[in-house]
Amino acid sequence: MDQQIVNAIFIGSIYALFAVGYTLVFGVLDILNLAHSAVFMLGAAVTYTLVVSYGQSFWVACVGGILVSALMGLVIEHVCLRPLRRRRAPPISALISTIGLALVILAAVEQGKPGSFFAWLWKDGANAVAFPVSTIPNPTWHVGNLTLEAVKVAIIPIAIALMLLLGYIIRYTQVGRGLRAVAENPRAARLMGLDVDRIISLTLVISSALGGLAGILFGVALGGISPYMGRDQVEVRGLAIIVLGGMGSVAGAVIGGYLLALIEVLAFITFNSSVSGGVAFAALFLVLILRPQGLFGTRLRERI
Amino acid sequence: MDFFIALFSDPVGFYTSHTLLIGQIGINGIVATSMFLVLYSGQLSLAAPGFMAIGAYVSVLMGLHWHTPGAINMLVAALLAGLVGFLVGLPVLRLRGVFLAIATIGFIEALRLGVILNVPITGEGLGLSNPKADPLGGVNFILPSFIVIVFVIWRLTKGRLGNAWAAIRQDELAALSQGIHVARYKMVAFVISALMAGYAGALEAHLTFNVDPGEGNFGVTRAVQILTFAVLGGSGFVLGPVVGALIITLLPYVFDAAGPYINIVSGIFLIAVIIFRPQGIVGRGGLAIIKPSWWPRRARVSAPTPG
Repeated sequence: MDQQIVNAIFIGSIYALFAVGYTLVFGVLDILNLAHSAVFMLGAAVTYTLVVSYGQSFWVACVGGILVSALMGLVIEHVCLRPLRRRRAPPISALISTIGLALVILAAVEQGKPGSFFAWLWKDGANAVAFPVSTIPNPTWHVGNLTLEAVKVAIIPIAIALMLLLGYIIRYTQVGRGLRAVAENPRAARLMGLDVDRIISLTLVISSALGGLAGILFGVALGGISPYMGRDQVEVRGLAIIVLGGMGSVAGAVIGGYLLALIEVLAFITFNSSVSGGVAFAALFLVLILRPQGLFGTRLRERI
Repeated sequence: MDFFIALFSDPVGFYTSHTLLIGQIGINGIVATSMFLVLYSGQLSLAAPGFMAIGAYVSVLMGLHWHTPGAINMLVAALLAGLVGFLVGLPVLRLRGVFLAIATIGFIEALRLGVILNVPITGEGLGLSNPKADPLGGVNFILPSFIVIVFVIWRLTKGRLGNAWAAIRQDELAALSQGIHVARYKMVAFVISALMAGYAGALEAHLTFNVDPGEGNFGVTRAVQILTFAVLGGSGFVLGPVVGALIITLLPYVFDAAGPYINIVSGIFLIAVIIFRPQGIVGRGGLAIIKPSWWPRRARVSAPTPG
């Protein structure tokens, strides 16, 4: 039981990191970026490949994975979002273009086998792999009846520090003010002389870097790095989290991440493994019906 | 390419040799029309796979346990899906936009993960096998159903109901202030769409011999695929989603040269279509595509200034 709760906190940290990126883009653009889970997977896959195929140290590989994810943020903006924004297309079309990009990323990694065109990117095809044990130092402690692995424990301060940093940037810096201005009203922000396109690019870079990092941490802590890890593990959960926390609210996404992990673990203890997923979605359904603005959201925009 | 050569050189042989594919196109067309209806009334609902699951399981289980004829099973299953649609719609339809989408995702995944995978009668993770499935007879049943459904929905959108839906889609508050009973009309669209999705699910369960509770069948992946039919095809006209369903179902055959890289090509195709025709393939503007900003343009002739 205690061990399960501790695990919920590890997983919750990863969920929160992932969901923060999701909610940031939604908050600024009012668009669900469905390629976010593909970026999550890509971050982990690139890091794994750098370690295993290119013999880099884990830290170098981490930086590489995060850089590639951040770059993918720019691709999302320039390929999927900006052309549609220029045309004043409805937000639903951005949903489709990001799905298209997610499909491309997933298919590219999935086809990465020795001898194939994408062998440089990934070499395990559709299989799930984990980092070789020797690449990451991982002392383990026993406290009472708990088993604490260093890599899992490290996730918590990393995640919390990053989220605090993000909160600080959004609240107190010039960049953050620009970001909030665009979120409030892009048109007015442009009239005030802000470079809206640049702020949106930056939002996607930050969001994708966090998403990629969440993927790396997931791979480190739980293994299971595969082309489907984003789609199966975090895509829908991410949606559930940002609704639980209130769409567009960064603090809400953090709390929602931990909350969802806790609900899942409790459901797992009470029922069994497959029901637990259903319980999480039933909770999501209930929250939306009883409190559509999310547990911590304050406003629900009403069109007049 | 062989695929299209076969289609034009020997249509009858093509029909019998590609039964499953043609049936799937018809089913996807029905589901796409169900998606069209909710979008047309301004609701971004992704609940269709949930209703499909109800239609599939109820129709197959009735056949297995009560030995009732297939047509009755499908009808009852569709009606039941409509009833569930009504019950789900009661709380959910107060939500708008992305919130409605996510709530309906919650519904389909709670149904799939919480109920279908845990109730012994559904065969849990293994799914159900349906010995009464009849692919060839199924197709002869699916295509007429499909045509009738598209025609009925087209007539509905042209009538009083359609006007109310269009008004709600364009501006809910304005529609309300004109005396349109918004909640009721939304519910009508939602329930009809649930009926259609349930019917499509029942048809699908009788086209193949197995009902598979997988993610790609009754989960979010399927929901997103159905949404893609509608948005890619164009959600302003009934035929748009149908065209979208046709094109997306045929993509692997159109790009068969891509081999294992088919999903990469499909993804690029999706992005390209939505960027160059945000309104969908069937939509306003005839065949025109929006040119990208770097495309060379003719210089505009500016009007002479008077005086």
